[in-house]
Amino acid sequence: MKTPLSISALAWCCLLAGMAWARSGSLVHQAPSRTEARINPLAGQESARRAGAKLFARECASCHGLNGAGGEGKAPPLRQPEIYNAAPGTLFWILRNGSLTRGMPSFAHLPEPQRWQIITWLQARP
Amino acid sequence: MQMTCNWRIRQRVLIVCLTALFWPPIARGGEGPFFVTYTHQMEEPGNLEITTKNVTGKPGDDRFLGSALEFEYGVKGWWTSEMYLDGQATGGDSTLFTGYRWENRFRLLPREHWINPVLYVEFENINGADKTLLEVVGTDGKDDLTGPNSEVRAEKKREVEVKLILGSYFKGWTIAENFIAEKNVSHAPYEFGYAVGVSRPLALVARPARCNFCAENFQAGVELYGGLGTHADFGLSQTSHYLAPTAAWTLANGVRLSASPSFGLTDTSARFLLRFGVSYEFDQFGRTLGRLFRNSGGTP
Repeated sequence: MKTPLSISALAWCCLLAGMAWARSGSLVHQAPSRTEARINPLAGQESARRAGAKLFARECASCHGLNGAGGEGKAPPLRQPEIYNAAPGTLFWILRNGSLTRGMPSFAHLPEPQRWQIITWLQARP
Repeated sequence: MQMTCNWRIRQRVLIVCLTALFWPPIARGGEGPFFVTYTHQMEEPGNLEITTKNVTGKPGDDRFLGSALEFEYGVKGWWTSEMYLDGQATGGDSTLFTGYRWENRFRLLPREHWINPVLYVEFENINGADKTLLEVVGTDGKDDLTGPNSEVRAEKKREVEVKLILGSYFKGWTIAENFIAEKNVSHAPYEFGYAVGVSRPLALVARPARCNFCAENFQAGVELYGGLGTHADFGLSQTSHYLAPTAAWTLANGVRLSASPSFGLTDTSARFLLRFGVSYEFDQFGRTLGRLFRNSGGTP
């Protein structure tokens, strides 16, 4: 029979493991699978891509680097196959929620069409 | 004497506007057109936003200008810290520094929800001459704005203020509600207040070109704020309330200009106040500062 102490230790281990998991791996893999179903209403539109580039420079480039090539800090480069191949809905979920533990802020304050414009630009291969 | 003071006030407003227009393009201004209501949006980690919030009015015989210089820093994604330096100038009277405020905002839920709570805790050390009107609580009213500076500055206000901020985004609209409780640490009862605001950009879709006059750069909204009495006399009796349309314009170089005419709704409110402000955000200020210290430490 487990003592209350061992149950408490087990709970703490689970909590720490959960926190470690949350901080590891790509955010793309942490988005709920139901988000994949959302489609980008602006996909393929040239004007959306150009507007997305402008918004990226204003909102994201300070951490992810100009053109998404990666910055000096922890923010990863975004010009990579994982982003090109991700479901647009997953990227939309990441922009909406961010990740407070990793320093990625929420961009929910941007209107939805502007978030889709950023995604359109991110997923356009150079 | 009064003419000189009014000229000084106009001169300062002009300097602020010109500085905003010709500021070099480094980063962007913050979000939201509100002056009193807080949304749940936090400062991005490492970013520093500098804002001036000014209010002018003529509740008695002389016009005043209350100014707060605000430094907002994103410590963590869930924690934003701000320092305010307050001052005021009154026509026919004097210009003085009235104190400081230190506030911290903590985001309580990690993900975005329909309603997002943020806890706000502030310590303020100001005097009775403060006219920044960053919040209205208790039975604050126009009489608090008319006393001679030499007398009212003697009153010390060391207060702790707590707010529950609730914020939502819905189809491009920003909706925020603030519930305020304030207590002077040495005396006086608990005072309560509220602020609610709604705003929206004029366009939800961004235009491809970099522009000053795109509709997406303009935000319009309205806020309503006022006092709710004290714990001994809770309610609307003898309280001030203001209805304030607000507008903000973010220039292509990142400077944000905002203005809000506020209309007093009760006899104890000042009849009309005009708020205006300028803000600018320095991206990754913390990292730049850290690099500066590392470089200076490594050089013999």
